[in-house]
Amino acid sequence: MKTVIQQLTEAFGPSGYETEVTDLIKEMVEAYADEVRTDVLGNVIAIKKGSQEGRDVMFAAHTDEIGLVVTFIDDKGFLRFANVGGVSVSTLVGNRVRFAGGAIGVIYQEKGAWKDLTLDKLYIDIGAETKEEAQKMVRLGEFGIFHREFTDLGNRLIAKAMDDRIGCVVLIEALKKIQNPKNTLYFVFTAQEEVGLRGARTAAYGIDPDLGIALDVTLTGDMPEAMRMEVALGKGAAIKVKDSSLVVHPKVKDLLVQLAEENSIPYQMEVLERGGTDAGAIHLTKAGVPSGAISIPTRYVHSPSEMVDIRDVQACVDLVVALAKVDLTGIC
Amino acid sequence: MEIKQVFKNLSEASGVSGYEHGLASSIQEGCPWADESRTDKLGNLIMLKKGHGTGPKPKIMLAGHMDEIGLIITKIEKDGFLRFGTIGGFDQRVLLAQEVVVHSKNPLTGVIGAKPPHIQAPGEQSKAVKMEDLFIDVGFDSQAEAQKQVSVGDLVTLKRDVVDLQASLMAGKSFDDRAGVAAILECFRLLAQVNHAADVYGVATVQEEVGLRGAITSTYGIVPDIGIAIDVGFGDSPGLAESDTIKLGQGPGVAIGPHVHPKVHKRMVETAKEWNIPYSLDPSPYPGGTDAYAIQVARGGVPTILLSIPLRYMHTPIETLDYEDVKRTGRLMAMFIAGVDNEFVEGLTCF
Amino acid sequence: MLLARLTEANGAPGQEGEVRELIRTEIQPHVQEIKTDALGNLIAIKNPDAPGPKVMLAAHMDEVALMIVGIESNGFLKVRPIGGVDPRVLVAKSVVVGSKKIAGVIGSKPIHLQRPPERERAFTMEELLIDIGAKNKEEAERLVSLGECAYFSTKYQEFGEGKVKAKALDDRVGCALAIRLLQDTYPFPLVAAFTVQEEVGLRGAGVATYQVKPDIALVLEGTTASDVPGTDDHKHATSLGQGPAITVMDRTSIPHPPLVQELFSLAEDEGIKVQVRRNTAGGTDAGQIQMSEAGVKVATIAVPCRYIHSPVSVLSKTDYEGAYQLIKGYLKRLQERGENA
Repeated sequence: MKTVIQQLTEAFGPSGYETEVTDLIKEMVEAYADEVRTDVLGNVIAIKKGSQEGRDVMFAAHTDEIGLVVTFIDDKGFLRFANVGGVSVSTLVGNRVRFAGGAIGVIYQEKGAWKDLTLDKLYIDIGAETKEEAQKMVRLGEFGIFHREFTDLGNRLIAKAMDDRIGCVVLIEALKKIQNPKNTLYFVFTAQEEVGLRGARTAAYGIDPDLGIALDVTLTGDMPEAMRMEVALGKGAAIKVKDSSLVVHPKVKDLLVQLAEENSIPYQMEVLERGGTDAGAIHLTKAGVPSGAISIPTRYVHSPSEMVDIRDVQACVDLVVALAKVDLTGIC
Repeated sequence: MEIKQVFKNLSEASGVSGYEHGLASSIQEGCPWADESRTDKLGNLIMLKKGHGTGPKPKIMLAGHMDEIGLIITKIEKDGFLRFGTIGGFDQRVLLAQEVVVHSKNPLTGVIGAKPPHIQAPGEQSKAVKMEDLFIDVGFDSQAEAQKQVSVGDLVTLKRDVVDLQASLMAGKSFDDRAGVAAILECFRLLAQVNHAADVYGVATVQEEVGLRGAITSTYGIVPDIGIAIDVGFGDSPGLAESDTIKLGQGPGVAIGPHVHPKVHKRMVETAKEWNIPYSLDPSPYPGGTDAYAIQVARGGVPTILLSIPLRYMHTPIETLDYEDVKRTGRLMAMFIAGVDNEFVEGLTCF
Repeated sequence: MLLARLTEANGAPGQEGEVRELIRTEIQPHVQEIKTDALGNLIAIKNPDAPGPKVMLAAHMDEVALMIVGIESNGFLKVRPIGGVDPRVLVAKSVVVGSKKIAGVIGSKPIHLQRPPERERAFTMEELLIDIGAKNKEEAERLVSLGECAYFSTKYQEFGEGKVKAKALDDRVGCALAIRLLQDTYPFPLVAAFTVQEEVGLRGAGVATYQVKPDIALVLEGTTASDVPGTDDHKHATSLGQGPAITVMDRTSIPHPPLVQELFSLAEDEGIKVQVRRNTAGGTDAGQIQMSEAGVKVATIAVPCRYIHSPVSVLSKTDYEGAYQLIKGYLKRLQERGENA
């Protein structure tokens, strides 16, 4: 599983430009799915057919990562940029970026105090000496991502874009394990989550599922002087109660808790006060889809070094597998 | 049961956004005039009063949201105190020293506490107590006991009985927007006595306070020809400008703005005049914030209007309104519905 | 002049009637079907029965304005912005109010009576009332109703080196482009959606798209240009005279990358000057269109406009022409490819 995590987290895929990631995923799931298709927004949908009496369950994990986009090239070849998704200024200075075309650069700041630092006071140096040279290396409007490798610390793993390639890994690993599921499963690797849950919305419309489950990262409160939150690394899959995008349907929440209990899967309850997931988009599809989310506890989310615990990832895989088999009569 | 009593019961019951399932049965029981009712996938209660006559009938959807804002447990502290977050928009200054119910496996009584004034630094009283410094005391002595009975993610509602003020004014919690639901019941009661061509869908919507979510999905399912959202509007109260409020006791505010179809507005105003129902004109340049916003853009678009019941002290447990305004809103809708036929509906897409 | 007629018409969000009538008259001879919907979108279709791809051009009819929300006892009108209006641009402007087109002015306290520090402070919306010369509330009520809107009374004018000055260039310039494009012939279904209520949250575009179900949508806009003194080069967003701007990302959409790429290469092949919109703030109808149902391929092409959302916005006629050439070129390519979506 660690190899898959490394491959996916090191791939290039800012919102809207996820094809490198989706190409990898398509290769990984092809042998295990009954059908794999791609839609207009670039969502990859892998289908595993279930029995007649089963329900249609949509699982969503997003393929895109936060990044940046070049908005200006100055006379000396320095770049200015805007954020793609929720990028925090504090994670940028001194960090490196990689662009779609392969150019690599370092982000730095104009003079001035840290507290006044805003995105438009930062620039990127790609080593060009003139505007003309820079223009050969990147185009205006080109997207970039954090340039950072995967690191294995044993149980704990660090990488960029754990958010949400780790969710993609959970779905891929679950798909590999599932044989003859009761429910028909739509494993949807969604585009453009970081800019507003966009891929999940159009994918869910096309699928019109009975139940929606997002697999995404959630924050933790187990670091020094961290914000107040009960979720911690290593304590299992986080079962969401609510976030800004969704109040999980009580029946779905209770079902996930019950499945975790019955299968001895470690779990914890998650109340996320800020932030959303694809389930927020799925549950508002058409006449409504009961939805929930299984979250992978992750430290330092939206930084170039997001950390997860492999045991939590495993717990999430197990919970997805359990859900594939369960009788959903009376739930949705 | 009188609708006013149903309304009082609803006000005192609990139903935080996403957790409204306990309310639907009381509403259904309070509405014997519906021909059919059902609950959809997100929990919206949809009550149908069929129109008279044969052939295709116009569909009118009435939407009042039944959810209320509430709190949610985020952490169990040592000594058994509970920390919380919010579902929906609370003014943190309102929460101090409120009584609450914690909806755990067994409902628990709690109070919202903070550091007592005696040990505060001088000047501290001029500052609001921050949400993050508040906590709920459910009377447990230890974290272990609290953890046995409460879990992260349990919901909390404020506790408040309805108070009858002078004349027909009342105060209580969750009038926003159970008053809208009551207005739908008042309308259904009158519809039983008048001739109407339209099929009327009275919807008690869910999850309005967290983003108009129930209205989005219920409208998609119903596909109405006309949508009427009934919500509460800012009543006249000290410190608010006249142009930002509607007066209590003078009937509903009839909105005008981008979220309101001009012909529906015109007909609504004519109806009020014809039947001598008081109303206030309510110009709304910002269309968001009520179910009307969601209903209007469902599928290929729905002609929509918003009626607002004047309400003071919104999003507190002492929301205050004049029950006569609820009845007037119900009556206005019933008389409007009585006048709707296929020809009127067809005209709504002719600009 | 088409653009003059369009910008001098008034159309607040939800009250686009005057603009809609004007457009309807302009396009009638060139399309087979015209309809309006429940929100007031005007949807015009050329070749409804031709084989695909179905292409939709979208431009919004509404403009930012001021809504009358109160009438004071002395007959002054209290207003609130409908759409994004900076109160500082309102001071000492002339306006027309409501369906009766009553003339009015936005007054403020004379400089003589202000203490010097007061002049440093911007007027708030509360202080900026409209004076229509009414004696009292009753007289004002006879002329104006609550909920009606006030509009800047700016006249369209061409000036300088190929520049145009007008109100509401956002997005009447898009409407003008769509009207002109409808005048040509195409082998595939071409739909123009003149949308309502863009300025209050992209309200019309979503429902229009649900009805049209296009394969490809091009959003035609007027967008911010900030190539003016006091703004750093890297904050210009777009510059006048550098050609139409193509969006790679804004707050509401990341336009379909292959389509965006095709527009850039088309511009290069045909020698049409274009610019990348160098800012990701702001949103357009593309956001709603792209996410309609199971998703739509979308791109946004915008004419740069300075001083947008003010009584006097300015564009360059070469950018306007460039936008027309670019879209026309794209439609021609579609035609040559005979692409079926």
